[in-house]
Amino acid sequence: MAARKLAITGGRVIDPKQGFDGLADVLISGDVIEDVTSCSSMESYEDYEVVNASGKIVAPGFVDLHTHLRDPGQEWKETILSGTRAAAHGGFTTVCAMPNTDPVQDSAAVVDDVTRRASHYGLIRVLPIGAISKGQKGKHLSPMGELADAGVIGFSDDGNPVSDANLMRQALSYSVGLGLPIINHAEEKQIAAGGVMSAGRVATRLGLAGMPVEAESVMVSRDLDLADLEGARLHIPHISTIGSLIALRSAKERGVDVTAEVTPHHLTLNDDWVFGLHGDVPDAVGLEAYDTNTKVNPPLRSPDHVNAVIEALSEGLIDVIATDHAPHAVTDKACTYNEAAYGINVLETAFSSVFALVDAGKVSINRLIESLTSGPAGILNKDIGTLTKGYSADVAIIDLGKKWVVVPEKFESKSTNSPLSGLELKSRVIITIYRGEIVFSLAGHLPETHGADR
Amino acid sequence: MTNPTKPAASGQVSRQLAEVEEFIDVKPSELKQRRHLIDLDDLSVTEITELLNSAEGMLGIASRGMRKTPALRGKTIITMFFENSTRTRVSFEQAGKVLGADVINVTASASSVSKGESLLNTVKTLQAMQIDALVVRHPDSGAPYFISNHTEAAVVNAGDGMHAHPTQSLLDLFTVRNHVGDIEGKKIAIVGDILYSRVARSDIIAFQKMGAHVTVACPNTLLPNEWQLGSVLDKSTGFGDLKIASSVDEAIDSADVVMPLRIQQERQDAGHLPSFREYSDRWGVNETRMALANDGALLMHPGPMNEGVEISSDVAHGNQSVIQEQVKNGVAVRMAVLYALCAPRKSTSPDNNQES
Repeated sequence: MAARKLAITGGRVIDPKQGFDGLADVLISGDVIEDVTSCSSMESYEDYEVVNASGKIVAPGFVDLHTHLRDPGQEWKETILSGTRAAAHGGFTTVCAMPNTDPVQDSAAVVDDVTRRASHYGLIRVLPIGAISKGQKGKHLSPMGELADAGVIGFSDDGNPVSDANLMRQALSYSVGLGLPIINHAEEKQIAAGGVMSAGRVATRLGLAGMPVEAESVMVSRDLDLADLEGARLHIPHISTIGSLIALRSAKERGVDVTAEVTPHHLTLNDDWVFGLHGDVPDAVGLEAYDTNTKVNPPLRSPDHVNAVIEALSEGLIDVIATDHAPHAVTDKACTYNEAAYGINVLETAFSSVFALVDAGKVSINRLIESLTSGPAGILNKDIGTLTKGYSADVAIIDLGKKWVVVPEKFESKSTNSPLSGLELKSRVIITIYRGEIVFSLAGHLPETHGADR
Repeated sequence: MTNPTKPAASGQVSRQLAEVEEFIDVKPSELKQRRHLIDLDDLSVTEITELLNSAEGMLGIASRGMRKTPALRGKTIITMFFENSTRTRVSFEQAGKVLGADVINVTASASSVSKGESLLNTVKTLQAMQIDALVVRHPDSGAPYFISNHTEAAVVNAGDGMHAHPTQSLLDLFTVRNHVGDIEGKKIAIVGDILYSRVARSDIIAFQKMGAHVTVACPNTLLPNEWQLGSVLDKSTGFGDLKIASSVDEAIDSADVVMPLRIQQERQDAGHLPSFREYSDRWGVNETRMALANDGALLMHPGPMNEGVEISSDVAHGNQSVIQEQVKNGVAVRMAVLYALCAPRKSTSPDNNQES
């Protein structure tokens, strides 16, 4: 049987890896890109199933370096199936699964299980991340070699910072032989001092314990110096402060092998959102305040830090956007701010929320797409994130003009913890294609999955 | 009696009811639209004044021999304390009982909270029992806002984390007003644990609203990071033009009210302070420091005191101290608050659900 052929015609194709931005047809044969050609008439595609993308953006499928799929262990929050559905909904065709599962992804057995189940009923590509330390307890290195052989794309104790500087140093050193990055959640707990949001005007007004921005930058600086010392690869997740950016710039200038990511929420939300009014500051604190869906770690920062990360993303100091998609059940958020779990549900709003920065002229559309495609693919060192001939046919088709209102209850994700609830966003991913198959179409329904949801 | 929801009143009862109503119902009241008292930042000066005026009358009732009125008869008030407290809890209970309400006390340690029931389910359970007011103290800032979104009852904040303690501030305003008359233009010095104190936050807002000048003094370790010693805050902070003195002497100098705050043992344990001895030496309010204040300045303390630490025994029990008066006034102020939120209303507005 001949391979299934798909032609995505008439769209504005943006493929940052090839430096391409123009009207073109994307041809797919089977699960790979057959070609990107100048637009032709419909008649020339009689062997093809045709997707008319005229007026739309055609981009490589997005790659997320930082996703919490919660599976195994917390399947009431998310599963590999629901998480990859949510990802497909947001235009992602690859997600990297953080290892803070239960059991932790600190052995080949657990990693193999995740990989096997993901390929069985995951809608898109799932690349596991291994733990830095056994059980993510920060005491002893995990079997990093065994994990590398099992296919992890890096190591992280995400959620827990590696507080022990010697352990961090040894992890960086050991990883050199494996060629994989260490991804450390940067938070000096002694300085964070039990804070539940970023320290500053809003925290003081609300009487919430504040984490100073320095709790992050102190550890970012330490990690950069240790990476320099060991000649190791460091990837800084969810960078969010001016101090961290200064340290990052200086490290890049002196040749440290470092990359950094920023989340959609640290790019678009600030600590005023804790007042519960979508960023407005009330004269008096209202009943909607202490919005637990804004509780995230690192916390939402004040506007000066938000502006700094936007600029850093735009100029390329920050390499990529990653979601830190962190689904939580209703009970984890229907409580006081102190009790609430850290994390925001991001996958399905990621592109649209950051597109507001493009609309505002702060980031170019090409840079936005680069930071979601060839950027992270480069960090993974994988042949994805581009529409290059012969590469996996992973595509996101985006309608930049489409307006929609965020209704978390309609998420494909099992959880609804989004502070954007009720907000109108402009731009939306309308079709996602993974290895030549349409895995999400806004107009239609998701295809049947390949297996039962556990 | 024009209100059909009120019980038929005998002569004695109706006289007592009239007594209560005199203090609050004689003129149109902004308070009638109010459902909760969680913070003072959303109260108008008129509302605060109405509450203080009402407390004036309540003080008369609370002070007399026969301390009982039927004003809130048939109303159920639950005090729900997730933190230890003597004065605030007893004060609310006393206030509710003098007004004739049924008051039920729930403490976290002796409730299903200790079995792991969530705050949400605890509130829903109490809500199902048809209550009129929930008086809440909780160690987490913002807990009363959360609760108010899940109950029909009036929510009264009896202190939440580091956020607010509005009835304490009302009783402080009341106490000062009784001594100095007009609060406007007076200098209030608050000394102590500004970073962690809900009393400090609420008092700053309350006294500024009434036109007073508030100055705080404390070790830099007990000040929010973004505040600087020797500066004046910007209004965007939500704390008006609060003055942060560089020294305790500067704060107390020419003050009309001096208010040391309780220093908790935890602050020393967490490294904010070298020792209580040093704190007492550098920030403790004593006779020498009180001498810097205006003649006849009031000495206040929200309690409980650490005598010999933030306040010396001689001034705590000296003739400028109004600390016992604060406690007494607390009952009257809480009566005014409970009455304002729970009393059957003569005129109903569409969003008023207190009638049911």
